[in-house]
Amino acid sequence: MTKFEMELLDLLKEDCRLPLEKLAIMLGSTTVEVAETVDRLEKQRVILHYAPTINWDKTDRERVEAMIQVNVTPQRDKGFDEVAGRIYRFEEVKSVYLMSGGYDLLVLVEGRNLKELALFVSSKLSALEQVTATHTCFVLKRYKEDGIIFEGDKFDNRLVITP
Amino acid sequence: MNYDRYINPDIAAVPPSGIRRFFDIAATMKDAISLGVGEPDFVTPYHIRNAAINSITDGETQYTGNRGTPELLEEISWYLEHRYGTKYNPKTEIMVTVGASEAIDVALRALISPGDEVLVPEPSYVSYSPSVIFAGGKPVGVVTTAETEFRLTPEALRASITPRTKFLILPYPNNPTGGIMEKEDLEKIAQVVREKELIVISDEIYSELTYGGKQHVSFAAIPGMWDYTITLNGFSKAFAMTGWRVGYACGPEELISVMLKIHQYAIMCAPRMGQVAALEALRSGRMTDYEDVCRMRESYDRRRRLMVEGFRAMGLDCFEPRGAFYVFPSIKPTGLTSEEFCNRLLKEYKVACVPGTAFGACGEGHIRCSYATGIDKLNIALERMEAFVKSLK
Repeated sequence: MTKFEMELLDLLKEDCRLPLEKLAIMLGSTTVEVAETVDRLEKQRVILHYAPTINWDKTDRERVEAMIQVNVTPQRDKGFDEVAGRIYRFEEVKSVYLMSGGYDLLVLVEGRNLKELALFVSSKLSALEQVTATHTCFVLKRYKEDGIIFEGDKFDNRLVITP
Repeated sequence: MNYDRYINPDIAAVPPSGIRRFFDIAATMKDAISLGVGEPDFVTPYHIRNAAINSITDGETQYTGNRGTPELLEEISWYLEHRYGTKYNPKTEIMVTVGASEAIDVALRALISPGDEVLVPEPSYVSYSPSVIFAGGKPVGVVTTAETEFRLTPEALRASITPRTKFLILPYPNNPTGGIMEKEDLEKIAQVVREKELIVISDEIYSELTYGGKQHVSFAAIPGMWDYTITLNGFSKAFAMTGWRVGYACGPEELISVMLKIHQYAIMCAPRMGQVAALEALRSGRMTDYEDVCRMRESYDRRRRLMVEGFRAMGLDCFEPRGAFYVFPSIKPTGLTSEEFCNRLLKEYKVACVPGTAFGACGEGHIRCSYATGIDKLNIALERMEAFVKSLK
């Protein structure tokens, strides 16, 4: 990966709505080169998705999140990949990570209410034959996600004009 | 009561900073975007803040030695040698000050005798000339222009020297123009300095912020110039540490010891917490190859390009700055003076910039815009300015 690509990724990560022309100016490049690079990075699935970080607590949507620590029996030849796949296909599942430590998979799930998630754990997740144990932790409050602090970070203490 | 007879007329005659008036107007406007801020938009890196917090928790709240803590002096010495190739003995040739601002003041007060002339390239930082006057000297502006990329030329320097000239302030990378002096430029100045035996006060506070692969060259690193130079630097710009007030001065022992005398009686020492934070900034910088600084520099560099292109797209000439975090475009085609331009831009389009004249009369026809502000805001500011410039046509 070139320095140019890395810098482009940094800028997009900061604000993916920046127009190609502005990106080109900031990177000392051309609009065509930036467009082609973005295109290539998308095709290579380096860039997967463009989406805002939303503070759902400020909306009317009912939403419950939990992190579930899952112990599973790995399968011959396939290790954890297959069972991970069986888990991440559920709509409720936002993220799945293979972890080191006391459990195998960390599963982030989201539902409308506690009941919905409870149902997911008991009837969908635990029902998988490779799943041997689950430990569900509900999210009480989100402080920071993906580098973005949810409240009270947008301060600028600087004087308006300084020499 | 009339206090006039109690107030020093020389001080009373110094006009307040031209920046002040804009500050008063801009501060009351909530939706204004300010491009007038002369400090980084980064917060001091967390590990630096944390080092200071820990030292306070541990009860490190006392005075330090006048010169600064031995650890910080050692680290500054190492930094300057490895970063700029200049050697200073931490025990005798460096002193830690309350920001580089104090270093400017103390240097001038320690050196200037009544009537001495001090050359100040213009446009430049607002404090030099008043500080020279406060110290009893006479500031003499040396004009620099966009045509020569706001570099100090040996010709302009020579033309300003009189038998009373003793000192030259060398403010590069420059606030407000973003101009820098490269090695060849400094060598030409060095010839004049040697010939006329000037002492150079080299304010290198923006030394870490140069762009386009141009590494800062310290004036004291030019062969033979160490003896003629007091180098000033600090942590505010490179490490985003403006509020900590830590800077330093380095130079020959004979000069630093006189400066230290004033510092010792007037200030005692720079705040210990600030010195602890500064030490962490340098130590971690050394270990991470100045990762924080690089990250900030790259970020400024992108915004710098955005601003230069933005002004050029408006049809305004914009010298491409190579240092600091300011652009200094020409607004001459608008037919307005710098002052009028900034006033109207602020009142009608809610963008605060500083008129070039705040940095010396030769700044007329220019405005200073700081790009130490988020990209989203810079883009909005550019749009507003474009609309303003169009409205003038």
